[in-house]
Formats: sequence, structure tokens, C-alpha cells
Amino acid sequence: MSSRIFAIGLGSTPKRVLPGFGLSLGISLTFVSLMLLLPMTGLFGQLAGLSLAEYWAIVTNERVVASYVVTIGAAAVAAVVNAAFGLLLAWVLVRYTFPGKRLLDALMDLPFALPTAVAGITLATLYSSNGWMGQLLEPLGLQVAYTWVGIALAMSFTSIPFVVRTVQPVLEDMPNEMDEAALTLGASDFTGFRRVILPHLWPALVTGTGLAFVRSLGEFGAIIFIAGNMPYETEITALMIFVRLQEYDYAGASAIASVVLFVSLALLLAINVWQGRFIKRLHGGHG
Amino acid sequence: MRLPSLRRTLIAAALGLGLAAPAMAAEREILNSSYDIARELFAAINPEFRNHWQAEHGEQIGIQQSHGGSSAQARAILQGLRADVVTYNQVTDVQVLADAGLVAEDWQEKLPNNASPYYSTTAFLVRKDNPKGIESWDDLVREDVRMVFPNPKTSGNGRYTYLAAWGFAQQQFDGDEEQIHDFMRTFLRNVAVFDTGGRGATTSFIERGLGDVLISFESEVNNIRQEYGTDDYEVIVPPVSILAEFPVAVVEPNAERNGNLDLAQAYLEYLYSEEAQRQLAGFNYRVHHETVVEEFADQFPETELLLVEDIAGSWEEAMETHFGSGGLLDQLQRRR
Repeated sequence: MSSRIFAIGLGSTPKRVLPGFGLSLGISLTFVSLMLLLPMTGLFGQLAGLSLAEYWAIVTNERVVASYVVTIGAAAVAAVVNAAFGLLLAWVLVRYTFPGKRLLDALMDLPFALPTAVAGITLATLYSSNGWMGQLLEPLGLQVAYTWVGIALAMSFTSIPFVVRTVQPVLEDMPNEMDEAALTLGASDFTGFRRVILPHLWPALVTGTGLAFVRSLGEFGAIIFIAGNMPYETEITALMIFVRLQEYDYAGASAIASVVLFVSLALLLAINVWQGRFIKRLHGGHG
Repeated sequence: MRLPSLRRTLIAAALGLGLAAPAMAAEREILNSSYDIARELFAAINPEFRNHWQAEHGEQIGIQQSHGGSSAQARAILQGLRADVVTYNQVTDVQVLADAGLVAEDWQEKLPNNASPYYSTTAFLVRKDNPKGIESWDDLVREDVRMVFPNPKTSGNGRYTYLAAWGFAQQQFDGDEEQIHDFMRTFLRNVAVFDTGGRGATTSFIERGLGDVLISFESEVNNIRQEYGTDDYEVIVPPVSILAEFPVAVVEPNAERNGNLDLAQAYLEYLYSEEAQRQLAGFNYRVHHETVVEEFADQFPETELLLVEDIAGSWEEAMETHFGSGGLLDQLQRRR
């Protein structure tokens, strides 16, 4: 997104919108280097001590691989659930007025503000077999705490704002008349949603869901208290990294972390590329 | 008329602060890097040491505390935290500092009892009236028993529990490897949840009602029982368990740079004094001072304490063969 804005600022208008472009770009680059590139370089610096075979042995360790499966599986479920409910929440917040709307809107940011460990402990308290929710669900044979369902729940909790907050502004910019027009032209409610509204929301929804997914991959605090951490069953990748650090094995920790990083980067990049094409196609049709 | 007087007061206050500040800066201060659950302990001991030092040397001193998982604490020092002394619950975490040259190579000989002013062992906390009749380690491998103890992969406390069970099995099966491994496999399978640290395991056992038994340091299970109700829980000290040392050491390069070498050394020596040992016993730690040992004899049942050295050779070997990646613990927990 920001790169596109830059491109417009650089290319199409000789007079730059930002005052002091050189200075602001310099500061941005310094900031990015300090906050993002330097720690990443540090991470890869730790990897330098490993041979390729050693690296491969660490990241394909049986138990670590089991943790990828748990983490990615739970994160995917959490992301899909968040996509559906996040879209609904954003819709409700934008299109309707109801008492307590401001409160609900503010509540959406709570997972960002709350220390994740607090969220994890609260969820574990609620969903363990003697908790409020756990007591109700257990007789139905549904165990949440200390299973991968609990992991997905914690992930979903910490990452829902990503979906809501990315879809919300796009919905706000979309005039009501658009779906009204669709309806007056004879589209059914569902067709109107599918053919008119969804295509406009699609890029934002996919970005939000992707961010939520990536966020879930790295989450530690909220999950660790509800996961149960049983080997091969409910161990998340972040715990594997934590274990390596406990062993003073910085290289091993960095190796596993690099896998998470690659997956996250690849996904974010893919979404960005896809989004660029999608938007081109959307506007290419009529302009 | 009021305003000038107010201003005078303010100026006087500012001057007072200005005068007090250098005096405060001159006061020497040591930083004690310690393990997570020692907060209350050192909050009780530190004021006593301050008084003791003042009485002996007429000098006001300050003591800062830093608490966390002791491996994380040691890592912080490796990365430059200028702690003067360390008081940990794992020998390996002091050894890491010694290997990095931050603590004397022969640190275990610098103070009595392997530089461990107090010790503890691994014990059980069971629910009211001990419904499952748990008395020793072999009760824990029964089909109907579920237990909670922190993950040996992330917690020194958990490593002690694992090694104690191993030591028991070694005795029981006369060192027969296959039988020991079978015992340990069942033992590990009976774990309800693996929390990353001792406090997390306590929460799982007490608040969530998970498991029939919580395994932790004897000091910790006694403290938990005192906190959550002496009527609701019972402490069981098994007839065979493990010696858990609480090693201390001066971080010499740091103490020297901070000009605190004498103070740091005296602080650690003070932990061996009768007063400090009495306070430690009050926190349910086992101590060495004879008078205090006699005083608290009822509180600490006699039990055979196995040494880590006898169970696994040394801490270094235990970390490598048992707890390292691909080690025995990993093998025993492998899916089959």
C-alpha cells in the first residue's frame, strides 16, 4: 500500500505532497532499519553458526514438525473463523446504529491492548472443566482447554481486530447506494452480496485474514496457558523456540524462528502481489 | 502574602531534594538476580541484611532484586545485565555464567555446601485426605493417577521432578535400563498438562482442578498449602527423592565494576548466618545451620535424598543425555 502511494508521489506529480521528502524518507528508512532490519539481521547472524545439514536437522526435527502442523492448522481455523465473524462485525459496526455501538467498536481493539498472557489465563479459566464455559461444554463431549481447539480459540481472540479493522474502512467508503442499486436492478440479497459487495471487500478481507493468520503463527503468551503443551499434540512452534532458548541454543531457536518468518513473509508477499493484480483487474474492467 | 511563603516552601523543598540526591547517589547498591518464586523470600531477608551491614560497618546500602525464570535471568546477565550476585534454583544456570567467565570457575568451592546456602527436595501436593492414596513415585504410574508438574524442557523445577522419578526407578529396578525406560514412559504419559513454569503448574492444579497430584519443590508445595488452605491439601514427601540445591555466586566482573565486591560477598555469606537460615526455614527451605535444623526438625520429614550426580553423572551430562534435543526425554515422549 505505502509503496503505491510513494510511486504516485514520486512519478505523477512533480510537486511532492510531503514537505521535506528527502528528510522524511531518510527518517523512515532509518526507522525501518533500526526496528525491522537490525533485529532480522541479528536473527540471521545467529544462523551463521549452523551448517545447512544442521539447520535442516533442527527444522525438520519430528517434534518441531508436529508443532508446525498444530500451529498452522489452528491458525488456519482461527483465520477462517475470524474472516467470517470479523466481516460480520465490521458490517454491523458500519451499516447499523444501535445503542452501545461505540462501546462495541472500542471493544474490538481490546485484544491489541490486553497483555496476551492475561488473555490466555482468562480463556483457560473460562474453558477448563471447572470454568463457566467448560462446565457447559464438557458434558457435550467438547473439550476446549488443553486441546488444539483451545489453541485456535486463543489465536482467534488475539487476531480478530486485524480482520475487523482492515474491512471496516473499506465498508465505510462503500456507499449504501451500491447494494441498493443491485437490489433495484433485480439481484437477490445473496447475489447482491456476492457480486457487488464482496468483490469490493475481497482485498481488505484477504489482507485482514492473512494478517490474522500470520499473527497467530507467532503468538505465544495467549496460547501457552490454554494449550496443555503435550508433546506432538498441543505443542506450538513458539514453544519449541522458547525451549531452545531455555537450553541456551540460540542458533536452534533462530533456525525454527526463521521457518515461521519465511512462511509469514511468503504469505504476506503473496497477498500483496495478488491484491495488486486483483485491484488492477477490478479497475481495468471499467476504466 | 501567601504566595511568597508558598514559594519559599517550594524552594526549600527543591533545595532539600538537591541536597538529598547526591547523598542517595553515593549509597552503594547491589543487584541480586534471582529465580521467579523467591520474591517474598528476599523481600524478607534483604532488610535484615541492610540492618546487619549498617550495624557492622555504619554504611547505608540498598539491595535491588530482579526475578524471573532462572535461565532467562542468566541469559540477561550474559547479555550485559550488571547483577552483582545471583541466587538461583539451578546449578546449570550459574555454570553457564562460570563458562562465560562471569563467575569464578571454582564457584562451588567459594562458599560452604557447594555454594548452596539452603536446599529443598521434590515433594507432592495431593487433594484433601489423599483420595488416590499417593505415597511414593510408584503410585504415580498407576492407570488412575494424573499429575501436574512443569515441563522439564522449560523448567528447572520440572527437571528435578523428572530426575527424581528416574532416580527412584533406578533403585527400584536395580539399574535395568529397559524397565527404567518403561517406568518413565508411563510416568510421562500420566501428566495432565505441561505448564512452562512452576507457577503455571500450580494454577492448573489449584484453580483448574487438573490432576490428582502436583509435583514441585517441597518448599513450594508447603507454601501453596499454607496459601490455599491447609485443610484442602496435603503435602507428601516421598521416602526417596532428590537433592535440589539453590546455588549462589558473586558475578565478579560486575561487582568489581560496581565497587561492590565486599558487599556482594558479605551478602551471600549472610545467607548462611543463623538469622537468615531461620528465615529460610520459615519459607520451608531445608537449611544447614544446626541450631535451626533442630528447631524445625518436625517440619521436614526425613527422606533419602539422591544426588543428581548419582542419577545422571552431573548436571552437564543430565542436560545433554536427558534434556537436550533428541535426548532421552524426547525419546521417551516419542509417539508410538
